[in-house]
Amino acid sequence: MQGGYETFEHGADIGIRGWGQTLEEAFINAAKALFSLMVSNLEEVTPEREEKIEAQGEDLEELFLDWLNKLLAVAGMYNLVFATFSCQILQGYRLKGLARGEKIDPTKHELGVEVKGATYTMLKVAQQDGLWVAQCVVDV
Amino acid sequence: MEVKSLVKRSDYEWEIPKKGAMRVPGRIFASRKLLEEMDEKVREQVTNVACLPGVVKASMAMPDAHWGYGFPIGGVAAFDPEEGGIISVGGVGYDISCGVRCLLTGLKKEEVLPVLEDLVEQLFITIPSGVGAEGKIRLSVKQLDEVLVGGARWAVSKGYGDPQDLDFIEERGCLPGADPDCVSLEAKKRQHRQVGTLGSGNHYLEIQYVAEIYDQKVAEAFGLVKDEVVISIHCGSRALGHQIATDYIKILAKASKKYGIPVKEKELVCAPILSPEGERYYRAMVCGVNCALANRQVISHLVREVFDKIIPRAHIRVLYDVSHNTCKIEEHRVGGALKRLYVHRKGATRAWGPGRSELPERYRAVGQPVLIGGTMGTASYILVGTREGEEKAFASACHGAGRAMSRHQALKMWRGQEVIEALRRRGIIVRAKSKKGAAEEAPEAYKDVTEVVESAHRAGLASKVAKVLPLGCIKG
Repeated sequence: MQGGYETFEHGADIGIRGWGQTLEEAFINAAKALFSLMVSNLEEVTPEREEKIEAQGEDLEELFLDWLNKLLAVAGMYNLVFATFSCQILQGYRLKGLARGEKIDPTKHELGVEVKGATYTMLKVAQQDGLWVAQCVVDV
Repeated sequence: MEVKSLVKRSDYEWEIPKKGAMRVPGRIFASRKLLEEMDEKVREQVTNVACLPGVVKASMAMPDAHWGYGFPIGGVAAFDPEEGGIISVGGVGYDISCGVRCLLTGLKKEEVLPVLEDLVEQLFITIPSGVGAEGKIRLSVKQLDEVLVGGARWAVSKGYGDPQDLDFIEERGCLPGADPDCVSLEAKKRQHRQVGTLGSGNHYLEIQYVAEIYDQKVAEAFGLVKDEVVISIHCGSRALGHQIATDYIKILAKASKKYGIPVKEKELVCAPILSPEGERYYRAMVCGVNCALANRQVISHLVREVFDKIIPRAHIRVLYDVSHNTCKIEEHRVGGALKRLYVHRKGATRAWGPGRSELPERYRAVGQPVLIGGTMGTASYILVGTREGEEKAFASACHGAGRAMSRHQALKMWRGQEVIEALRRRGIIVRAKSKKGAAEEAPEAYKDVTEVVESAHRAGLASKVAKVLPLGCIKG
């Protein structure tokens, strides 16, 4: 089984889900799901800019939310879309990661919708059938 | 929603009886039809809000209510600081002070139709919209602080609009109590290039015409004339508001534990109003409100620029500007006594009845304009606040149609280009940065706004004044 990502239905908004062999892979794939809402052709995003991301939480789920919200904040501050990621989850529910992408360009990127925030709704980080799954609903 | 578990108070008002940890009953204002279609989660969330400390009278839901974050979207609740009342991020939402502004043009529909295509195109070019769009105003983080304190007054002082505009904005364009030091640097850095941008999702700018008038006297006071063209702007505090919400959910999660407030859902985290954390959130939220008011003021200025170029005989005046994601300090009569309450409206519009000193003189005898947005293919409505609504629902009414279908389902049903072409065949010109967004926002993906407005009207929350229909629409 390989890692992957998808978006899922939720009332007025939308859910994002990432999965993989490791927790890190699930977090990274969920981040891809997040940015796929903003730019649908993520494969066209050039990883020309790199930003450091640090996140922390009281537990795995809060760490996951903080990771997503930090990504949104950094992308928003510099008007970027991220498409490739790396991260390392450390002791004490802390995370160090890198996000790579470029400035949003309507002539190159197929624009979707802005995400206001990653929320606690349907928030879950768990092992399922030997894979790690990380998901939540985002407010758009 | 299972209707039989509710107690019917009237055809448009239903009660969730007080039980268990509930401090007050729940109340839902809706027709039976809307109620039956309403998410079961609305009942759960109305009930959860009814359990919060210091909640007064009832936890309420408007006719367009649906499943939200902590509070339902369409949720209204007031808290008394003297009774340990709380303030909650979930009661305001991720887009602080998202709202609707309506501009009158004084132009007849026939005058606008020949230049409609050009107007829509120029508005689309002039008003930054969609993912990643930057505003035309470049501010330093320090200059942004002035926006957060001054709101629409800041915008007018910089030449964006007329001083008279301010009379027709809630709080006269500036909510007092802002403290930019309560807003994170991240929030400011996300915003300083976004002042005067429309956003995406359900945000829009629409050219509309008055199709029907229900109340001639009030319409006259508002300046609404049949077949005249109006412009509606729906947007909020942009990234600043989103970041404030994200930051304070974490801060208030800790506060809930510290003050021993049991919360049934993570997004209901809150702090006593009279606590340092509660106070700081309030002051940060006020910054969000002012940011939204400034934002809609700058966009109005851009609208005027476009009209000046294309149809200069237009005389654009602000009809009103309402916010539907806020927590405001207001005086309300509860059980005979006048109380100073923190009224949370999450996806609900304030709707003052006649006589309130908060209203501009021009509207004081009739009440507050209540602007209810539809979709790009359906009607929007203008209502007026009532005394009955003040008594029943802390002067609150619905805010829009509310989604009937998830974005996912909508994408399976339609392609953006098809939606846009179908609207064009009906004479509605749509320009959208995101084709996917246009599909997600298809008119059919929303509830019937007419049914929602009818429920608000029949429940006595606000009274119908006019119906407007779209001619052109700009989406992010």
